Amino acid sequence: MFGKLTIDAIPFYSPIALGGAAITVLGALGVAGLITWMGKWRYLWSEWLTSVDHKKIGIMYVTLALVMLVRGFIDAIMMRTQQAVALHSQGYLPPGHFDQIFSSHGTIMIFFVAMPFLLGLFNVVVPLQIGARDVAFPFLNSVSLWFTASGASLVMISLVIGEFSTAGWSAYPPYAELKFSPGVGVDYWIWTILVSGIGSTLTGINFLVTILKRRAPGMRLMRLPLFTWTALITSLLMVFAFPGLTVAAALLGLDRYLGMHFFVNGGGGNMMNYANLFWIWGHPEVYILILPAFGVYSEVVATFSGKPLFGYRSMVYAVAAIGLLSFMVWLHHFFTMGASADVNAFFGITTMIIAVPTGVKIFNWLFTMYRGRIRFSVSMHFTLGFIVTFVIGGMTGVLLAVPPVDYLMHNTTFLVAHFHNMLIPGALFGYLAGYQYWFPKAFGFRLEPRWGKRAFWAWIIGFYLAFMPLYLLGTMGMPRRLEHYENAAWQPYLLVAELGAVIIMFGIAFLAIQLAVSIRDRVRLRDDTGDPWNGRTVEWATPSPPPHYNFRVIPVVHGKDAFWAMKKEGRPLADPDRLRDIYMPADTSAGVILGGLSFTLAFGMVWYIWWLAILSGIAIWGVLAVRSFVPQPESKISANELALGDGVAP
Amino acid sequence: MTDYVSSNSSEDSRQWDERGFAFWIYLMSDAVIFALLFATFAVMASNTNGGPGGKQLFELRHTFIETMLLLTSSMTFGFASVSVSARNKAATLAWLAVTFALGLGFIGMEISEFHGMIAQGAGPDRSGFLSAFFTLVGTHGLHVGSGLVWIIMLGVETAVCGLTPRVVSHLYRLGLFWHFLDIIWIAIFSFVYLRGIV
Repeated sequence: MFGKLTIDAIPFYSPIALGGAAITVLGALGVAGLITWMGKWRYLWSEWLTSVDHKKIGIMYVTLALVMLVRGFIDAIMMRTQQAVALHSQGYLPPGHFDQIFSSHGTIMIFFVAMPFLLGLFNVVVPLQIGARDVAFPFLNSVSLWFTASGASLVMISLVIGEFSTAGWSAYPPYAELKFSPGVGVDYWIWTILVSGIGSTLTGINFLVTILKRRAPGMRLMRLPLFTWTALITSLLMVFAFPGLTVAAALLGLDRYLGMHFFVNGGGGNMMNYANLFWIWGHPEVYILILPAFGVYSEVVATFSGKPLFGYRSMVYAVAAIGLLSFMVWLHHFFTMGASADVNAFFGITTMIIAVPTGVKIFNWLFTMYRGRIRFSVSMHFTLGFIVTFVIGGMTGVLLAVPPVDYLMHNTTFLVAHFHNMLIPGALFGYLAGYQYWFPKAFGFRLEPRWGKRAFWAWIIGFYLAFMPLYLLGTMGMPRRLEHYENAAWQPYLLVAELGAVIIMFGIAFLAIQLAVSIRDRVRLRDDTGDPWNGRTVEWATPSPPPHYNFRVIPVVHGKDAFWAMKKEGRPLADPDRLRDIYMPADTSAGVILGGLSFTLAFGMVWYIWWLAILSGIAIWGVLAVRSFVPQPESKISANELALGDGVAP
Repeated sequence: MTDYVSSNSSEDSRQWDERGFAFWIYLMSDAVIFALLFATFAVMASNTNGGPGGKQLFELRHTFIETMLLLTSSMTFGFASVSVSARNKAATLAWLAVTFALGLGFIGMEISEFHGMIAQGAGPDRSGFLSAFFTLVGTHGLHVGSGLVWIIMLGVETAVCGLTPRVVSHLYRLGLFWHFLDIIWIAIFSFVYLRGIV
């Protein structure tokens, strides 16, 4: 009846694991209790969970990302603490538990912090930036959100029921095969990946169509704001790269569930094929994470320097070139696999070539600031911190691109330092800059800047303290994922890294305080104009927050930085005589239901509860079939109604 | 600057174009899945683990008939599309039925092939080669099976609603899907079966 699921699945074996489970359950109950106490369930359901409005979906994505950031950070500081104390001793974490923590840390940070954060920013910003009313497929957008949330729930519930994978976030076989990982941990990982991967693929399709087909009149491709350009290239990468991850995880699943021989040691398996499939997705994924951050920096630098972006055209070509090259470098993740020197040389060179378009971008940002009238907003702080720190990470990346160097450095903490250097000051700083920058657009009031700047300083100082020691430890030969060690020379560096993690914790706390203070002072911080930063692109032409149809009249665009030109020339962005009826899709609960069914399907598969999985699968088909038969209702906002409203513009 | 930009209605004709375009992109993504399964098959084609290889297992006559069924079904779907253009509901339904029958024959033959192989001990757990074979061909088969379910759904929709713009748009995307599976099958026939026999 319940497959492999028994009472033993609850982690009574370890007080620390049980504590984690208790915190998860109590946290969920606490939130549910709070909503009940406030009587907000109906509001939450009808205004948010069932919404197909791209702005609300975006806000829900970012909320998910911030919640999961806390979870992923708890994992991180537990690892740092373990390594700080585990000299000549086992530390406080048993090995199996430590392995689960580094596996879930990586999985969560990539799939449920970075991905939802960037997708949230796409959702809030892209339709506004191209002058559209919504994405091309609002319902599909809701389905994508709930598939992502379903994947995140799987990781969270693995903390309470059963265990998570111990095979790292990349789940390399043969260790991830049934023979060596007989528990449900890897199965949780596989289904998390498959469910959230479908969500990401669908989002990619959705935004590709939205950007190519829904632009306002006059919004030619070479007039798109740079953030939208990065969203376009990122969507392309998602559509073409995610199949690699899907295939890798699915074949691993076939090995585990049906006894196939794709990646096992014997029986004609080829475990290196997994590394290829995984990184054919994995390297483009790196650019899926970083390109949107590049887009945010481009918007922020131009706005707060009061100048158009320097070298717009070269920026666009650089983004496109990075997108193309990202598919040609995957082998550098396993130079040590033993491919021939020629193969390694080829991939080493393509990897180094990526530094060229990236360098172009760095110089463009610098030249944008040159002779600009720079305003040091919180977003600008994150951007400046990024430029300096990212260059260091880029140079260590070029170092690792040299195969002989990689032979020495692979699997050391040097690599850990390198990719955190790209992902924290690179990607995450970008998302945080975007969060600060577009928050007033989404909510109608600004975030309090003083706490924001404190958060920035904690983040950047914490980052340097936490990861610079890891570069040094890597050169000293310390392997990554080490649960305990005997080399006393490493400990001082690990203690500094621990201090860095604590300071980053303050960074996260300051962000939370900033949000609380801003909500308290929302009247003082209110943005009445819709344009709090003196912006350049058309999203700032709408009121803050925008009405659910975004624009009363779709703007007509005559050049780059259309809103800036409009303000300069005093020309209206849109012709009020072109007021027409607006039709918007009605909200639907189908997205939440599909997300819930994907969760029960995956949960059933993880625990071999076949009836649950089969029923969920049939129900998913049923919901989709019913929806395809019935034309969906729409709400109409008549032109008369729009004419009466006194929106700011247009 | 058509009305579309100001109305955004989902029943707008532009919306159907967008859905077709999105479906093309989905098919490209699906094509990458098949490309990776083909690459995996290529890597594992010789890993027979002492078990039977393509020479012992594949029956060209069986596969050829299977292939003809699927290719013919693509043609009959083409006739269905022509009937849709002529807004001839009865002919559309008839050609959909023929397509369904041919597709069902294809799936039946594939299942009997798989069944025979598993019965003689050459199942997907026998060797890396057979894992790759069953996964590649089986994934295609699952797609065809989904296509059959979809044909039933759209057949019912056509019969009930008639050839409204909405239904026509649904049928257009089903057609893309069906022809796409044909192309994949031609690659399977060439690279898996023919190459396995020589």
